[in-house]
Amino acid sequence: MGKTIAEKMLSDKSGRDVEAGEIVEARVDYVMVNDVTGPAAFDEFESLRVPLLRDKVILIPDHYVPNKDIASARQAKKMRDFALRHDVDNYFEVGSGGVCHQLMIEEGFAAPGRLIVGADSHTCSYGALGAFSTGIGSTEAATVFARGVLWFKVPESMRFTVDGGLGKHVMGKDIILTMIGDIGVEGALYRSMEVDGDTISSLSLSDRITIANMGIEAGAKTCIIPPDRKVDDYLAGRVRGEYAPVFADADADYMDSRQYDAAEIVPVVAKPHLPDNVAPASEVGVTIDQAYLGSCTNGRIEDFRAAAAIMKGRKVRRGVRMIVVPATKRVMEQAIEEGLVKIFMDAGAFVSGPTCGACLGGYMGILAPGEKCISSTNRNFVGRMGDKGSEVYLANPAVVAASAVAGRIVDPSEVTG
Amino acid sequence: MKDKLSGRIWRFGDNVDTDQIIPAEYLVTMDSAELAKHVFAKARPGMSGKVSRGDIIVAGRNFGCGSSREHAPRALLGAGVSCVVAESFARIFFRNAINIGLPVIQASVDAAEGDTVSVDLKAGKIIVEQSGEEYGFQSYPPFVMMLVEKGGLMPYTKEMLQCRRSQ
Repeated sequence: MGKTIAEKMLSDKSGRDVEAGEIVEARVDYVMVNDVTGPAAFDEFESLRVPLLRDKVILIPDHYVPNKDIASARQAKKMRDFALRHDVDNYFEVGSGGVCHQLMIEEGFAAPGRLIVGADSHTCSYGALGAFSTGIGSTEAATVFARGVLWFKVPESMRFTVDGGLGKHVMGKDIILTMIGDIGVEGALYRSMEVDGDTISSLSLSDRITIANMGIEAGAKTCIIPPDRKVDDYLAGRVRGEYAPVFADADADYMDSRQYDAAEIVPVVAKPHLPDNVAPASEVGVTIDQAYLGSCTNGRIEDFRAAAAIMKGRKVRRGVRMIVVPATKRVMEQAIEEGLVKIFMDAGAFVSGPTCGACLGGYMGILAPGEKCISSTNRNFVGRMGDKGSEVYLANPAVVAASAVAGRIVDPSEVTG
Repeated sequence: MKDKLSGRIWRFGDNVDTDQIIPAEYLVTMDSAELAKHVFAKARPGMSGKVSRGDIIVAGRNFGCGSSREHAPRALLGAGVSCVVAESFARIFFRNAINIGLPVIQASVDAAEGDTVSVDLKAGKIIVEQSGEEYGFQSYPPFVMMLVEKGGLMPYTKEMLQCRRSQ
């Protein structure tokens, strides 16, 4: 019997020939922590009194920076102090970085065949480039700082194949939300998702990142897209070190295989309060108070272009505020250069520098009781973005932009005609 | 980790996410006692003051889904929760709990809020006092059991680093 990508990668990184169900200790290529999960990792690591494996460690403040209050300032300072004390090169200060997952990709840490862990659940994003990447806790990160290895249960794999051409305003977000709607928020629990097909091959890397990013919302350990020429092209001149792509065998054993016809996928919205509560955007119609464009899920230049194409020459509807947050400094620079920031500002949107911001209810876009937000982010749990009586609706950037203009949740074609 | 636990039940349903367990605005400390003050602040306001040391959470499917925040199991430990029994767990929460010494048990238990339940980790047995119902559960895989017995990932890592030094 052949092997899945997950089985091959964990075999390679553990030096044993393993299959789903086995537990291995595997060599980790990179470990990333942020300003919220880092501080606990630093304390645990210092208690081990060993040298830091500094070349494997990446420190990215993004959740509550620029510091939102004194407590978050303490956490950010703790990360900065740790970086200086241990001479960590890969520390990205405010002003040079942005949202951790987009930065991990832009900076060339994520690459095919790599095993990457991060103390943030959306670490699974790098599967878009053919990496095996997964979220871990702070204590686990601390032990990787010291030993460079971590234990993994080799996951069973589910295969999702999407073929055919996508309709207008349909993005990677709609593909992954449709899948989560089908299998549920625990539909891929403990498992690896492998997503392929000619639709996926034709997608931009940005849309693929959105898909891999939200694998965790179905409970997946990782969500891997077989790497191709587009990944190689993106990594040229950017990637750090060598990389070796890993592909599944033709006779690999999947515990579940699903086929999708791209033509049947429409712009969708995940309604409160779970990402699997999916409905076509055209059927939602809810009046909104806020529209949020940003995050590791949909804060890239391609997302901004999709939103700006709809907002150009239009206005955010009276009574609605729109908040636009680029994922990284590079995204912001490019958005300024392409005139996208001006389009958003002319439409009446508030544009900020990169941060996780309101995605997790941190700051800069918190919702009041009863308020509703259409958001390009990844979670719509109770109270995720503010008061427990507020509501978050997840959608692609085009739906977010169109809804900001319409004042209620709509399919973009209603605005663009 | 103690083998035998007994406590009053706090009952939860399916898909209890880590934003419910400890909302993001409180992720500005790693102090368990401080985090415990805000445990389930939005989903069950007032719960933190009412949890007694040893209380046990019994929940449905996919407990601990969402963010990787280790603050979630730490907040539960800090509040006095001695164990979480759920039909299934989200994987990062499960690992975090094991790694910091909060017992997490996969079992489907029919019990009401306020009932008393006893858990025998070694024997793999759960008994609900009010109904007298007994439930079995599968023990952890050997590697995970080894971690549990050593008290979590840090004691194990210290041991491994010690081995490396003495080689």
